[in-house]
Amino acid sequence: MELFGISLAFYALGAIAALCAGRGRLANALGAGAALAGSVVGLAAFAVAPASAVSQVVLPWGLPVGSLTLGLDPVSRLFLLPVSLLGAACAVCGAASLAGHDHDEAGHGGLGAHWCFFNLLLAGLSLVMAARDAVCFLVAWEIMSLAPFFLIGFHDDEVEVREAAWTYLVAAHLGAVCVLAFFAAFWAAAGTTGFDALAQAAADGRLAAPSALFLLALAGFGAKAGFFPLHVWLPEAHPAAPSHVSAMLSGAMISAGVYGLWRAVELLGPAPLWWGWTLCAVGLVSAAMGILQGLAQGNLKRLLAYSSVENMGLACLGLGLGLVGRGLDNPAVAVLGLAGAVFGVMNHAAFKGLLFLCAGEVLHAVGSVRIAHLGGLGKRMPVVGAAFFLASAGIAGLPPLAGFAAELLLALSLLAGLSLPGLLPRVAMAGALAVVAGVGGVALAAFAKAGGLSFLGAPRTPAAAKAPAPGPISRAGLLFLVAAVAAAAVFAPNLLGLAGPAALDFPGLDPAPARAVLAEAAGVLASVRAVGGVLVVLVVLLLVLRRRLVAANGARREPTWGCGYLAPTARMQYGPASFVEPAARVMGSAMGVTRRLDMDTGYFPARARFTVTAPDRLRLAFFTPLFEAVARACDAAKVVQHGRVHLYILYVLATVVLLLAWKL
Amino acid sequence: MHAYLHLALALVLAPLIPGIVNRVKARVAGRAGKPVLQTYFDLAKLVRKGVVTSTTASWAIFAGPVASLAAVGCALLLVPGPATSAPVSFAGDFMFLAYLLGLSRLALILSALDTGSSFEGMGASREAVFSALAEPVLFLCFLSLAADGTGLSLDSLLAVSDAKPLGAAHLFVPAILFVLLLVENCRIPVDDPNTHLELTMIHEVMVLDHSGPDMAAVVYGASLKLWLFCALTVLSVMPRTGLSPVAAWGVFLAGMALAAVAVGLVESAMARLRLTRVPRLLGGAGALVALSLVLSVWR
Repeated sequence: MELFGISLAFYALGAIAALCAGRGRLANALGAGAALAGSVVGLAAFAVAPASAVSQVVLPWGLPVGSLTLGLDPVSRLFLLPVSLLGAACAVCGAASLAGHDHDEAGHGGLGAHWCFFNLLLAGLSLVMAARDAVCFLVAWEIMSLAPFFLIGFHDDEVEVREAAWTYLVAAHLGAVCVLAFFAAFWAAAGTTGFDALAQAAADGRLAAPSALFLLALAGFGAKAGFFPLHVWLPEAHPAAPSHVSAMLSGAMISAGVYGLWRAVELLGPAPLWWGWTLCAVGLVSAAMGILQGLAQGNLKRLLAYSSVENMGLACLGLGLGLVGRGLDNPAVAVLGLAGAVFGVMNHAAFKGLLFLCAGEVLHAVGSVRIAHLGGLGKRMPVVGAAFFLASAGIAGLPPLAGFAAELLLALSLLAGLSLPGLLPRVAMAGALAVVAGVGGVALAAFAKAGGLSFLGAPRTPAAAKAPAPGPISRAGLLFLVAAVAAAAVFAPNLLGLAGPAALDFPGLDPAPARAVLAEAAGVLASVRAVGGVLVVLVVLLLVLRRRLVAANGARREPTWGCGYLAPTARMQYGPASFVEPAARVMGSAMGVTRRLDMDTGYFPARARFTVTAPDRLRLAFFTPLFEAVARACDAAKVVQHGRVHLYILYVLATVVLLLAWKL
Repeated sequence: MHAYLHLALALVLAPLIPGIVNRVKARVAGRAGKPVLQTYFDLAKLVRKGVVTSTTASWAIFAGPVASLAAVGCALLLVPGPATSAPVSFAGDFMFLAYLLGLSRLALILSALDTGSSFEGMGASREAVFSALAEPVLFLCFLSLAADGTGLSLDSLLAVSDAKPLGAAHLFVPAILFVLLLVENCRIPVDDPNTHLELTMIHEVMVLDHSGPDMAAVVYGASLKLWLFCALTVLSVMPRTGLSPVAAWGVFLAGMALAAVAVGLVESAMARLRLTRVPRLLGGAGALVALSLVLSVWR
C-alpha cells in the first residue's frame, strides 16, 4: 500500500512538474521520467506483495459525501499490473518519439500539457483500481475518462484527430452517465457510499431493481471496454492518438471497463442466471464481430483497435461464465472462466501495448500506418518486426506464448460446462467453444495480414523502402515489453497462481473445490509449458541443422520467381484488400467490406478506380443518424435560448410560480 | 516408452502416406506411377541441395518452414496410439493440438509472404481463411466426441471401447474428420497438389520460392500433418475392444493405409471444387457435426 502511494505521488508530481516545465524538452524529460518512476514503483509494489494480500486505508477527504477509501486486493493488484507495465514502456517510447517533435507545432499546451495528462491518466487508472468508495471511484473514473480526450487530441491541427477526440469524449461520457446512475441508485438504497456497505445492501435485498442496475453497469462499463455495439469509439480514437497513448488506452484503460464490470457484479451479489448468459452472449458477439471487422481493416492501428474489441469480448465471456458457473453451482466453470478473464486482460495489455508501440515506430519511420503503404519493414527495422510477430502470435493465442494459456482457461471453463444439467446449457457451451475457435482462426488470419504485409515482402512505397530503424531508447521500451511477454510465457503456471486468488475472491464461490480446479489447471499449463519448451528447443536444433546443411551445400540469392513475368513491381504484391478477398466473399457483410468500382463501360475505357474500404457499418447506419437527430433536436430547442435577458427573467419567474403552486 | 511409439512411427512412416496416395492415383489413371517411397527420395535429395532464396526475403523465409515442422512435430506428441496413450495428455488437449497446427500455419503463411510474390500472397490468404473456417468444425468434432462425458483428453475422446460405446458422434465424426483432412492438407476437392501454376492452388503456391533444406522441411512437415489427420480419422472410428496391443497396431496401420487409399480414390474420382464453393463444403460439414453434437448431448 505504501509503494502504491509512492507511485501515485510520482504520477501527481509528474503531472504538476510537466505542466510547470513549459512546452519543450524539459517537460518531455520530467513528465516521462515521473511516469516511468511511478510505474517502476508500481511494478515493485506488485512484485513484493503476496498474491492474496488485502489492505485498505481511509484518508481525509474534503467533500461532504463519500470517503477517500483506498484498498488493494488480488483483483485490484492484477488490473494495476498492466497500468504499471505499460506506463513504463509507453513513457519510454513516448518520450523518444516526442523528443524530435517540434513543440511549436504541437497542440495548445505543447509537451507539458501532454505529459501532464498522461500522468493524470496513470493516476486516474491507479485510483479507479484502488477506490473502495463510490464517490471516490466516480471521481477517479472521471479523471481517467477525461485525460485521454486531451491525449488523443495531441495533433489537434488535423480535423480527423479533433473528430476522433470528440467521438471519444461523447462515448466516454455517455458511459460515465450510466456508471453515475448505477452508483447513485445503489447509494440511494444503501445510504452510504463505501463498497462494503453497498455490497451489504445488495446482500440484504434492499435494492429495488438489481437487474436494471446490472444493465446500467453493463452499458456504462461496456462502453469503456468497447463491447459491441458500444465499440465505435475505439477504431476512431486509437488511430488518431499518438501511439504510446493508443498503447496505454488499449492496453490499460479499456481493461478498466472490464474491471468496473467485475466490481459491479461483485457488489450486486447474488445474480439471476440470465445476467451470466447475457455477459456470455455480449462477449461472444464482441469477440466475433471485433475480429471480423479487424480482419477487414487496411489501417494497422484500426485493425489493432478492433482486435481489442475481440479481446475484451473474450474477457466478458469469462466473467459471464463466472456468473453462470456460480449460479449453477459448478465451481469449475466459474473459477476457470474468471481466471481466464483476468489472465486474458493481462495478456492483452502486454501484447496489444507492444503492437501499438511497434505501430508507432512504423508511423514514425514511414509516416503512415496504412498497410498498403508499408512492406518489407522487417529488414529495415528488425527489432520492431520481430517484436510485432511475437506479439501477433501472442494475441492470436498461439502457443508457446501466454496468450494461449488464457484461451485454454476459457476453453477449459466451457468444457467443464459440458457437464451442466440440461440440453440447452451444454449445447450453448459447445457452441461458444466453437465460436472461440473460429475467432482464434480469424485472429490468426488478421495478424498474418497485419504482420506479414507490413514487415515482409517488398516495400510498397519509397518511404517504406527508406524507413530508418528506431533509436536505442525506443528499442529499450519495446525490448522491455518483449522481455515481459517472454517471462509470461515461461511463468504461465505461476501467473495462474496470481490470477487464481482473484477468481477465488469472487463472492459466493465455494473455495475448496475451486482451489482444486485451479491446481489442476496449473498442472495443465505446466504440461503446455513443457511442450512449448520442446517446441523452442526443436526450432533451435532445426535452425542449427539447416545452417550446417546450407554451409555444406551453398546458398544463392535470386529474385523472387515471377512465373515468367519479367517486370514485377512491389505494387503487384498481395495487399491488404486482396488478402482478405477470400474471407470477404464468405463473411463480407459482417466484416463491413465495401467495394466501389469507377469504370466506363465504353469500348475504350479511361482510367478506372477500384476502392475497397471497411467502414464501421453500425456507426454509419445507427450512431451517426442517432447523433444527427440529437443535434437537430438540440438545435430546435435553441428557440428558447435567444439572448433576450428580460425573457430569461420571465422563465425564472414562471419556474418559481410553478414550483410554489406545486408545493403549496 | 511405449507412449512415444506412435510418435516414432509417425516420424518414420509419414512420408509413406503421400507415396501411397500418388500410387493409387496413378493406378486408377492407368499409369504405373512413382515408387511408393518417392517422398523419401525427394527428401534425401532436397537436404543435399543448396538453397536459393529470394532477394526480397528476410529471415522469415527459412524460419517459417522450420517452425512449422517443429510445431507439427509437437502436435504429434498429443496424439495417442491405438494401444497406448499420448506422451502428453490433459483435459482439453485437443485445443492445444489445434493451436499448434495454427502456429505451424502462421509460420508457413509468413514464410510465403516474405518473398513478396503475388502468387504466394494469394496462397497465403486462401490458406488463412479456409483454415479459419475449418477450425470451428474441428472443435465441434472433438466436442461431439466429448459430449458423452467420459473424458476431455484426446486419449479418452479417441478411444472406442467397452467403456465408450458407439454413439451418434461415431457416425458423423470420422467422415467430417476425413473432410477436414482433405481441407487442411490441401487435397482435392479443395486444392490440387499436382498443379504448380494454377490460380486455384493453395499449399503448393505458398512454397514456390522454397528450395533445398527449406523445401525438405515443408515437404516433411506436410506429410507429418497428413499423418496426423489420418491418425485422428482412423482412431476416431477404430474399435479397440478385445484387441491385443500388437493386433491394435496392425489394425491401426492398415487403417492408415486405407485412409491414404481413400484420399487417392477421392482425388481420382473428383474434380477440384470452385474456390468459392469450399466454404459451402465446410459449412455443410459444420452443420452435420453440429447435428451429431446435439444428438450426443441429448442422448
